[in-house]
Amino acid sequence: MNNIEIVNLKTDILIIGGGAAGCYAGARIKEEDPKADVLIVDKAHIKRSGCLAAGISAINAYLNPGVTPKDFLDYVKKDSEGLVRDDLVYTLAQGLNKATHWLEKWGLPFLKDEVGNYVAKGKRSVKINGEHIKPIMAKAVEESGVEVLNRVNISNYIVVDDQVRGAFGFSVRENKFYVIQAKAVICATGGAAGIYKPNNPGSARHKMWYSPFNTGAGYAMGIRAGAEMTTFEMRFIALRTKDTISPTGVLAQSFKAKQVNGEGIEYQEEYKKNSTPYRLHATLEENKEGRGPCYLDVTHLSDESNHRLKRAYLNMSPGIVLKWADGEIEPNQSPVEIYGTEPYIVGGHSQSGYWVDSKRRSTIAGLYAAGDVAGGAPKKYVTGAMVEGEIAGLDALDYIRGRDFVDLSNNLINKEFDRVFSPLEKEEGFLPEDLEERLQKVMDEYAGGISTNYRLDEGKLIMARKELRRLKEDLTRAKAEDVHQLMNLHEVIDRVDVARVLVEHLLYRKETRWRCYQERVDYPKKDDENWFKFVNSKYNQELDQIEIIEREHIRLGDLDGSQN
Amino acid sequence: MAVKIDKNLCNGCGSCKESRCMAVCPGNLLYKNEDNQAKIRDKRECWDCAACVKECPRQAIAMYLPAEVGGRGSTLQAQDFGDKIVWKLKKLDGSIEEFNIQNKLLFNSNL
Repeated sequence: MNNIEIVNLKTDILIIGGGAAGCYAGARIKEEDPKADVLIVDKAHIKRSGCLAAGISAINAYLNPGVTPKDFLDYVKKDSEGLVRDDLVYTLAQGLNKATHWLEKWGLPFLKDEVGNYVAKGKRSVKINGEHIKPIMAKAVEESGVEVLNRVNISNYIVVDDQVRGAFGFSVRENKFYVIQAKAVICATGGAAGIYKPNNPGSARHKMWYSPFNTGAGYAMGIRAGAEMTTFEMRFIALRTKDTISPTGVLAQSFKAKQVNGEGIEYQEEYKKNSTPYRLHATLEENKEGRGPCYLDVTHLSDESNHRLKRAYLNMSPGIVLKWADGEIEPNQSPVEIYGTEPYIVGGHSQSGYWVDSKRRSTIAGLYAAGDVAGGAPKKYVTGAMVEGEIAGLDALDYIRGRDFVDLSNNLINKEFDRVFSPLEKEEGFLPEDLEERLQKVMDEYAGGISTNYRLDEGKLIMARKELRRLKEDLTRAKAEDVHQLMNLHEVIDRVDVARVLVEHLLYRKETRWRCYQERVDYPKKDDENWFKFVNSKYNQELDQIEIIEREHIRLGDLDGSQN
Repeated sequence: MAVKIDKNLCNGCGSCKESRCMAVCPGNLLYKNEDNQAKIRDKRECWDCAACVKECPRQAIAMYLPAEVGGRGSTLQAQDFGDKIVWKLKKLDGSIEEFNIQNKLLFNSNL
């Protein structure tokens, strides 16, 4: 470890993660106050980092004419069994259209009708040609004057006197350790994939919907620092095309595909609801009852529509286009089979994440959370993540006024340096990928993965708890041979920290609130009387204990910023 | 998922420290070998985002579906032309389907 250079940096506002939330936060801060120093740090390159690397074919959170922020909130509540942070959903809904217009101003092509209006995909979405969304955001960030540090993996926050004062990180390409001091920090990393055994084997194992490179670092850093987390138990499981794990909304909404079972019957109306979790639940049930496989039927498409459908997928998920070509068919020659994915932890779709107030302040001073790591506001998608970045960024500008940097003790720096780099010193030890597969196997079998139809019960969850504790110990005996492998190892360490919190949340909520996402076999009913509340948690590092905290539901107007 | 890099076409982006594909790969999976050519560390790690396919100035990178999920040899390549991207889907019979998609607005004076 003697050959590792220590790089010291200082900035007013540090943004961790250059995705939708981080890029927009940076650009908006610079627009409001060009003199503020803003640094975005990303473990990849912001031109193609995060879940938008491949692109996107629609802006899925936009208020089309006649839709109000309150309508958006009502929809999100209905889709989430009523229990969301109304204040957070409402405040982000207020900024959705402005964020959308910024994307167009930055150069993102929107589909327009003959009079120049956006083409709606659904009530709350519009169609785009979004293949280039990430390079467009990266260019806007560059032009705004925000500094960017690519290929640096942030490993932990710098916490002094109960305040976040910056973050530590390491280069994934060079032998460098970063000590970045900041007056405020915005965590805008992705959620976590790869906690559960994925759908596909072998060289297709990363053929998943959410980015396999989003490995929960933002959550894990917050957990280790003792930030309060909320609703990890509401996992997100997507209904996707089988094998290629491509999105299905484009088939159902833009191309009017019918959702049918193996007998050709439209089955959704046989079920209680038509919400996002219920569509997945219905599909699983049909398969379980011997009426599978289930499909989105696009056999009504014209030849011209075949080509248009493939274009839409090339804008976001090209794999399925290869699937049709390898099957030597066109989309209208066969219905597209659909299936559930591995469970992901992602606050942009479900609501696992930091417990924040309406300004996106976490429970630790100086630390904000926005986008996929911020809890309480499901279905925020790209534009909702952007708005959260903006809200956090503008509040951070106020927070930093009059604040200065503090002296950091060598002890603090050395402790994190050793935690990060000591696996490089080991000659013998577990390999990161072996421990990753063990994590995925434990979670799949004991904590409601694909192989158990996502179902949970107390006995198995307690097994998961024990196995994860042992896995955490074994991770201290893991080795890495180079800095890339070191990144892979820290990705496993982070995911185990996330998984342990997840299991405690799953154990605590003794009802079934969200079908498939959180389905307790031993408590199969929704119980509004006892469980219409948030399950939060806080990790105590010294005791290695996860404490559960119950929080009451927050209505619109309970916190400031949501009344207007 | 995986990509294949055509040895006859890849020149490692010349003497640049990082080839363009290596600069953008979100998984940090590409590197330059001693022959100054881009290589993938481990194809099992690839997500299928096609960032490298789009970035390559010589169209040396093609993506394909792994055999585990039904891949049988068709490939996708892409070329960026400033305000549009042109995809070439090479099918099993050797035919090519082309997709011409606007991917950025170059002039926004009306906004």
